Amino acid sequence: MSDLQAAVAAGVLGAEDGYRSLLQATVEVARAIFSARASSVFMLDDERDELVFEAVAGEGASELIGRGFPSSTGIAGWVLVTRQPLVVDDVTADTRFSQEAAESTGYVPKSVMAVPLLVEERALGVLEVLDRRADARVTLAEVDLLGLFANQAAIALDLLQRGRRARAAFEGRGELASLARVAARIESGEGPQRDAALQLLSALERLVGP
Amino acid sequence: MGVTAHESYEEELPAWSLPADARDRIRLPVEWPDRVTREWAWGGSTGAGVRVCILDSGVELDHPLVGPVQRSVAVVRGDEGLRVVENDEGDLCGHGTACAGIVRALAPDCELASARVLGAGYTGGGEILLAGLEWAIEEGFQIVNMSLSTTKRNYVERLHELADRAYFRRTMLVASAHNMPVESFPWRFASVISVGSHEDPDPHTYYYNPSPPVEFFARGVDLDVAWLDGASLRCTGNSFATPHIAGICALVLAKHPELTPFQLKSVLSLTAANVGAAA
Repeated sequence: MSDLQAAVAAGVLGAEDGYRSLLQATVEVARAIFSARASSVFMLDDERDELVFEAVAGEGASELIGRGFPSSTGIAGWVLVTRQPLVVDDVTADTRFSQEAAESTGYVPKSVMAVPLLVEERALGVLEVLDRRADARVTLAEVDLLGLFANQAAIALDLLQRGRRARAAFEGRGELASLARVAARIESGEGPQRDAALQLLSALERLVGP
Repeated sequence: MGVTAHESYEEELPAWSLPADARDRIRLPVEWPDRVTREWAWGGSTGAGVRVCILDSGVELDHPLVGPVQRSVAVVRGDEGLRVVENDEGDLCGHGTACAGIVRALAPDCELASARVLGAGYTGGGEILLAGLEWAIEEGFQIVNMSLSTTKRNYVERLHELADRAYFRRTMLVASAHNMPVESFPWRFASVISVGSHEDPDPHTYYYNPSPPVEFFARGVDLDVAWLDGASLRCTGNSFATPHIAGICALVLAKHPELTPFQLKSVLSLTAANVGAAA
């Protein structure tokens, strides 16, 4: 393994763990601030068109990570497609939702606060807070607070996704895999072949523009 | 006599100047009262005859809180691009039904239509949103409820053009404001009515915001909205404040069909709970 590969590997692999911890910390704090039973972050998986549990605090925490459901159904799906935060206070009145939740997570919440995770112009997923403290009706201040958490979670999710893409490239699974392999070979090459490769690379750089 | 949207748009007038003999043609003899009150603006109105389009996830047909839906279409992607087709699938996620129910509650006799631009596989469908909005403008709806927004910058210019076209053709776009730290549209445009939430329980209470981009606040906290399968749910969100203003616009236009979007906005501001005599 070249020095470049080793450096990239250390950065990429370490970064993913760090970003995952940041995301987990965000849902833990969201759960604590709202005195809620659970809080989760769902990431939109474009290829599967699913929302996937990426971080969970509280109820169902350990077994839900990685589980997904269709991206445009349920409360999270509604929030994702409309880009608008939503608070529902009596979810159990929606039998369809309750049944789906019970089947997929084994836990049926009474109330759900959900907010889209937006970075620049992309919707990356949804943050949910389930069964916040029951002693007060929801206020706009709470919705704004949820928006602030969403901003933080969105940044963490974005970093996590970037880390994964870099890792996929490094490990030869993603579409940038060949680029990563070429970089590694240039790094480990020597003599005229390496010089020629570097010239070709700078020509390519000029071709694709600044 | 007021002119309708299509007449005013299609008339081949030299629109950019006013010759002396043309003055009579643009007379708008609205009988404005000394003071514009809620009673004058929409007292006794049921929204009868006003055509409102819900641009959303579809509307559940036969929902008891929504009542009759005169037209239901969906924008779909086919081999030859996007098409607007009749939609008999109703609502895919419940959002459009919730919005339709709120408009219906405020304006029981308005005509409701649904154009589905959100739903299964529609995530990020900016083109679909634009196509649906264009359809609604061409159809000449007086009010289009948009409890949604896009964050895609490459659609902003076309969305802006459509919002202005709607404004000049007497289609009032009523759009949800986004209280999150991102840029989204169309609610930021001056040619739409943008709506955020207040915490009062009265569906007829609205506030004018002198510090835009959010121009009005309406009921959006802790209210019962129509949900899928004939149900209702207690919800909070700007998505629900928006159809409150759309419904009140329907009340005003039923009573004063001659009002342009510019005048309608003015009437709303003059009758807001925090403005002038009403404050």
